[in-house]
Amino acid sequence: MTADISLKQKRDADPVDATPAPQVATKLRVDDLSLYYGKFQALKNVSMEIPERQVTAFIGPSGCGKSTLIRCFNRIHDLYEGIRTEGQILLDDHDIYDSGVDLNLLRSRVGMVFQKPTPFPMSVFDNVAFGIRLYEKLSARELEERVEWALRKAALWNEVKDKLKQSGQALSGGQQQRLCIARTIAVKPEVILLDEPTSALDPISTGYIEDLINELKKDYTIVIVTHNMQQAARISDITAFMYLGSLIECDDTTRIFTQPKESRTEDYITGRYG
Amino acid sequence: MATSNAIQASGLGHLSDAARKRLRRKARIDVWFERTLFAFAFAVLLLLGAIIASLMLSSWPAIQRYGLDFLTENRWAANVEVFGALPAIYGTLLTSFIAIVIAVPVSFGIAIFLTERCPGFLRQPLSTLIELLAGIPSIIYGMWGMEVLAPLLRTWFPTVFPAGTGLTTAGIILAVMIIPFITAVSRDVINTVPAVMRESAYGLGCTTWEVTRRVILPSVKGGLVGGVVLGLGRALGETMAVTFVIGNNLFLNTTLTGQGTSIAALIANQFSESDGTQRSALLALGLILFLITFAVLAFARYLLRNSTGRHA
Amino acid sequence: MNISQTPLYRRRKRLNQLVMLLCQLATVIGFVFLFAILFTLVTKGIGAISPSTFVERTRMTGGGLGNAIWGTFIMTCAATLIGTVIGVAAGTWLAEYSGKGLMAKVIRFINDILLSAPSIIIGLFIYAVVVVPMGNFSGWAGVLALTVIIVPVVIRSTEDMLRLIPNSLREAAAALGAHRWWIIVRVCYSGARAGILTGILLGFARISGETAPLLFTSLNSNQWNLFDLGSEMANLPMTIYQNMTINAFIPDLVALAWGGALILTAAILILNIAARYFSRQRS
Repeated sequence: MTADISLKQKRDADPVDATPAPQVATKLRVDDLSLYYGKFQALKNVSMEIPERQVTAFIGPSGCGKSTLIRCFNRIHDLYEGIRTEGQILLDDHDIYDSGVDLNLLRSRVGMVFQKPTPFPMSVFDNVAFGIRLYEKLSARELEERVEWALRKAALWNEVKDKLKQSGQALSGGQQQRLCIARTIAVKPEVILLDEPTSALDPISTGYIEDLINELKKDYTIVIVTHNMQQAARISDITAFMYLGSLIECDDTTRIFTQPKESRTEDYITGRYG
Repeated sequence: MATSNAIQASGLGHLSDAARKRLRRKARIDVWFERTLFAFAFAVLLLLGAIIASLMLSSWPAIQRYGLDFLTENRWAANVEVFGALPAIYGTLLTSFIAIVIAVPVSFGIAIFLTERCPGFLRQPLSTLIELLAGIPSIIYGMWGMEVLAPLLRTWFPTVFPAGTGLTTAGIILAVMIIPFITAVSRDVINTVPAVMRESAYGLGCTTWEVTRRVILPSVKGGLVGGVVLGLGRALGETMAVTFVIGNNLFLNTTLTGQGTSIAALIANQFSESDGTQRSALLALGLILFLITFAVLAFARYLLRNSTGRHA
Repeated sequence: MNISQTPLYRRRKRLNQLVMLLCQLATVIGFVFLFAILFTLVTKGIGAISPSTFVERTRMTGGGLGNAIWGTFIMTCAATLIGTVIGVAAGTWLAEYSGKGLMAKVIRFINDILLSAPSIIIGLFIYAVVVVPMGNFSGWAGVLALTVIIVPVVIRSTEDMLRLIPNSLREAAAALGAHRWWIIVRVCYSGARAGILTGILLGFARISGETAPLLFTSLNSNQWNLFDLGSEMANLPMTIYQNMTINAFIPDLVALAWGGALILTAAILILNIAARYFSRQRS
């Protein structure tokens, strides 16, 4: 496992923050990645590193490619035709685009939560157990324990512990999204990708989920795409700004929001466009 | 390969060998699942081919013997082995034409009433009623035609309908049968017009008829015509509603109200007692009917390609 | 000048009233005809039905409709079972695997044609490929003819219902690592189940009333063939047809024909209502 320092070597010593950068391992490294929808190039030579057990947020205006990029991390693009990639994405130093990679195993290590809550048409219990049942043969009691564990981790257990047999689609929007998070955690992935997880939710549910992300980052590497800059500023450690398919700037969150190095970043953050 | 093994080896320490084997088996099932499903889907294609092929094969003796005269001969006389399809084709086309002429205005009228003028509480019940009535088996219509309509026509209009039964009677029965169908399709198609269009037209002060004529009907023209053509397709192939009332005259009779026959009625009536050449001739008639309805249905589908097509 | 006084405005109003009146008239005419048919059906049919109608078999004098009702029931069930397997499989392929390919377009096109194809042609087809080689008419031939009619209905309903399942659910399941077939079986089918079942029920109702395809396949019979479909099979539509035509000189049988027609129509209407109620419940 290569230990790497996140992208700070380009900068000079910074008067705002004098503490030395901590040593963090890189979980995912993107290496000159380009993606094409047919003839249209949606990602342009993106290179960056995502540190382990931290929250990396992607921000940028609509169509900048941030969702497209994180959907590469679990190769969910492979469900559709006409999409071509060049370059590499390395998970713990192994290229996930290598020809021999088992997609299903990859997705057991890199989980994803979508913008629209997607509870399956089955009971709350079966929803959480869905992923577990794909990989492990647990006894009934072990399964119950794992489901409870996942629901607790997702801060949903107390609200649904008496409703485990009810349909997952009968929960409220915020609860549904936490159910999806519980479902993803139950498989014990290493990386959790969140594609605008709170944009369809009310402010209170959003608050719950942001607190949840803060808790989860102790055990999981989190990558989050968000339209909401304040959210990125609140919960992320690293922020990456993308524009028209290119990665413009990627840095410590505090640094990006107070002293962005690129003018385009500054324009976006101060609201001049987007 | 080494890389993929590494991906499998690192992480997920809790994935056992059994689990890995189960994943691989599921991957194999994936392939077979798709192939099996495709086989069933492909069977639909084969089915159509089989239908056409078997009809052609069985009717070949008759086609060989009569050639194109089959289409132009104006009588069907089994006893002297003269088989002409013209009376049947004429009857099929005429009865369907009459059915459409009657059914279309009525169906459109009902559809417009249901969508524009019907009081709210009646709308759903009447709509449901139409759909339920569309499910009545066609033999019922035929029976009613024979028992009620034909005698009625004979009593009320003895000069026009001396026998009560006949081509026009069959046309009327067919019309009643396809009215629920065309109404349901038209209603669905009209409902695809967004509310904003209606509102803008009413907002300009248009009367209901003007909104319908100038805004709604033009935007769903294709769908409406498609629905009518679909109804036509059904009328062309209808057997039971027609056999009871068409009169079964096997000579070509070009009057509107005379007795006649249709392809489906002729086949239905003569098949059980036929053999040899006659049977082959009947199958040739069947082939002709299939080709006619195929062309009509293909055209309807082309027209309905952008509509909801739920009833197609 | 008040616009409502102009002749143009008055003319527009009158035209509108006239057209709307015609539409109302059309509605009345349409429903009058349809209710007249139902009225005739009920009045002529109700007198002929008694409890014994359901247990006695058809015969040349008097008798009942028991074997015919049973025959229709068993043939419709068999055809629905076979048709469901084929239809759901093909419909699933069209919805989940086919995308925009040419093969899918062609299959969908052909399916739409078969959906409205004349049922008498289907009867002729099965006659040519099953009855002739077999050498005799049979219940199985009738079942096959009905199957060919119900398959397009099930395919259409399956494909439509599966297409309603949002892609986000499929993506979520794939993101957890599920294989495609697992996603279809565990996620898609659960969501589409109600709609597909409704479609099957409606198809069942439709084929139970079909006469023409049985004319050359199962014919009719006066026997109680309970589960033996190897020879001519009694069924309700053919019994009605024969009683109204060949046996029309026997008034008892004509009355029974109306009774049978009533039973058949009532059953189909109940099935349709049940299907509608069922689908509204689930949604």
